Amino acid sequence: MSNQHLDYDVLSALQEVMEDDYPLLLDTFLSDSQVRLNELHKATDPQKLGQAAHSFKGSSSNMGATHLAHLCHQLEERVKHPPLNDIEDLVNRIDNEFAEVRRLYDDERQRFAY
Amino acid sequence: MSMLAASEPLTVLIADDNMTDRMLLSSIVRRQGHRVLTASDGQEAVDVFAERRPQLVLLDAMMPVLDGFEAARQIKELAGESLVPIIFLTSLTEEDALVRCLEAGGDDFLAKPYNQVILAAKIKAMDRMRRLQATVLEQRDQITRHHGYLLNEQRVAKAVFDQVAHSGCLSSPNIRYMQSPYALFNGDLLLAAFTPYGGMHVLLGDFTGHGLPAAVGAMPLAEVFYGMTAKGYGLAEILREMNAKLKRILPVDMFCCATLLNLNFQRRVVEVWNGGMPDGYLYRSESGEHVPLRSRHLPLGVLSRASFQEKTEVFSLAPGDRLFLLSDGVIETANDDEDLFGVERLERVFELNRDPTRLFEDVQAALGAFHGESRDDVSMVQVEMVEPGELEPPATVYSDSGASSPLNWSMTLELRGDTLKRFNPLPYLLQLLQEIHGLRSQSGALYSVLSELYSNALEHGVLGLDSTLKRDAEGFAQYYEQRSTRLNHLKDGYVRLHFMVQPEGRGGRLTIDVEDSGQGFDPHQVMSRSPEEEGLSGRGLKLIRQLSDKAQWSEDGRSASVEFSWGALA
Repeated sequence: MSNQHLDYDVLSALQEVMEDDYPLLLDTFLSDSQVRLNELHKATDPQKLGQAAHSFKGSSSNMGATHLAHLCHQLEERVKHPPLNDIEDLVNRIDNEFAEVRRLYDDERQRFAY
Repeated sequence: MSMLAASEPLTVLIADDNMTDRMLLSSIVRRQGHRVLTASDGQEAVDVFAERRPQLVLLDAMMPVLDGFEAARQIKELAGESLVPIIFLTSLTEEDALVRCLEAGGDDFLAKPYNQVILAAKIKAMDRMRRLQATVLEQRDQITRHHGYLLNEQRVAKAVFDQVAHSGCLSSPNIRYMQSPYALFNGDLLLAAFTPYGGMHVLLGDFTGHGLPAAVGAMPLAEVFYGMTAKGYGLAEILREMNAKLKRILPVDMFCCATLLNLNFQRRVVEVWNGGMPDGYLYRSESGEHVPLRSRHLPLGVLSRASFQEKTEVFSLAPGDRLFLLSDGVIETANDDEDLFGVERLERVFELNRDPTRLFEDVQAALGAFHGESRDDVSMVQVEMVEPGELEPPATVYSDSGASSPLNWSMTLELRGDTLKRFNPLPYLLQLLQEIHGLRSQSGALYSVLSELYSNALEHGVLGLDSTLKRDAEGFAQYYEQRSTRLNHLKDGYVRLHFMVQPEGRGGRLTIDVEDSGQGFDPHQVMSRSPEEEGLSGRGLKLIRQLSDKAQWSEDGRSASVEFSWGALA
């Protein structure tokens, strides 16, 4: 079961690996990602922006957020080639995509909230 | 998950500033059976490593405070010689970043998203590498330890051996030699000792094999050599004893090639026995001729008592003549083109030599020019024939107090027929005469005279050999050939030795009478020969006169009488 945002095969593998800690991993990813997003918005130089994108890409890919990882990768590559005038648009798309997957992770989280 | 479980759990450090990834990776690694330590930046990773010494490190390249590259460098430095594999956690795709990881000491990479199967395989591979390195280090340390033990053992063995070997007279001014300090462990052996009669014994030996086994046989050989030489035994008895001893104690495939020399400075002869060594040389300084001293025997320790041959060759010597012995390391010294130095090159050095006193240096220089550096199994010795007075044998150290010295006795010893062939009475007589403390200061003269009297009685008396034969080199060889033949066929005849010790005032006097069954000779005629007439012969009677207090011969020349006196002991 998959959609364009989340790879559910990855999620079930994570669940198997993490066992009881699976909900905690989801919580950690969500709060961690919020920090990364803030960094993306606040970044003043291309290098910091690239590093934040790189890091966010890593955790997104591990968490099965395929499209989000892809957008982060685009941003990481994009900052290497100035001018950066259209960068704002890419960051906004990452914002939107995260909002989308956040909803899906929350649903996933609900399944374990007994 | 048993497929992924490690054979032996490792302690793994995971350093990633990204909490999600750190958490996930920790779970994966833990599920594979390992213990996990975590750090959230490079500095923390270094600190945790220093404190907990994990066996494997998973390191994110990009971290705050201290990045992964620098952390890797510091961890590798802390790890020292042991291999702590570092796997970089990265989705770095650029070449130069990957190169930086490797340069910082990274051993492998793991890309995100993590793949459990690949991670398990990598951890396993890294663990194999780590163990291999640990084994290598352990074995290296073991080898170093063993080498240390070995060197120490060799040092001790050498020190003990030197005590035995250096009791000799290698430092005598007429001896030059070249030998590696650790020649003993190449099986090379060089010994020299004064005989009680004022002569000199020299041995150059070469045991089969190397190392401790080669050195083991050297000890008993040196003991026999020094012990028997000091007691007045001749080469024949010493060789027999050495051969029998080595035959008994050494394994079958071990033996000792050796050349032995017995130099008699008074008679100006050298007796040579060569068993398996390269040719030695007698270099005649007058003519520049070099006479090879060839191997005529099997090495010591090969033949049984019954089949061993102690037959020696005798050569006349003039003062300044040199005897040159060498180990096969000399001839087998190879240059960079693998050519061997060889006998011809060595003999060429002898031919080209114009200054006999430089002969030894010439050979050394030729070897050096040929090879550039000397091998450690090269042993050479050169012994020069000198006038009897030129060398000063060290005084014998006696261990007794002298309180039991017998001062009033006489003894007659008569050796007959067959016994004269193979029995040498001198060592036994020496032991007896040693008991006369008053004569110890003149023991050299006493033993020389005794050995001279006995030789004369046997050779000229019983065997009837004509001493004038020895006038030239050819006759000299003939003389010793006849000596050997006649001795072999000897059936009758005797040599009678009479000793008498009498106290005289606070000292005493020893009288030795020697009588033989031979034809006798006219002592007046022999004494009146000019030195030119004598040539190599007849030196004996004058020597006896010179060294004893009183010497006289009976009119028929069949008996001689000498006296040695001593005063009060200090």
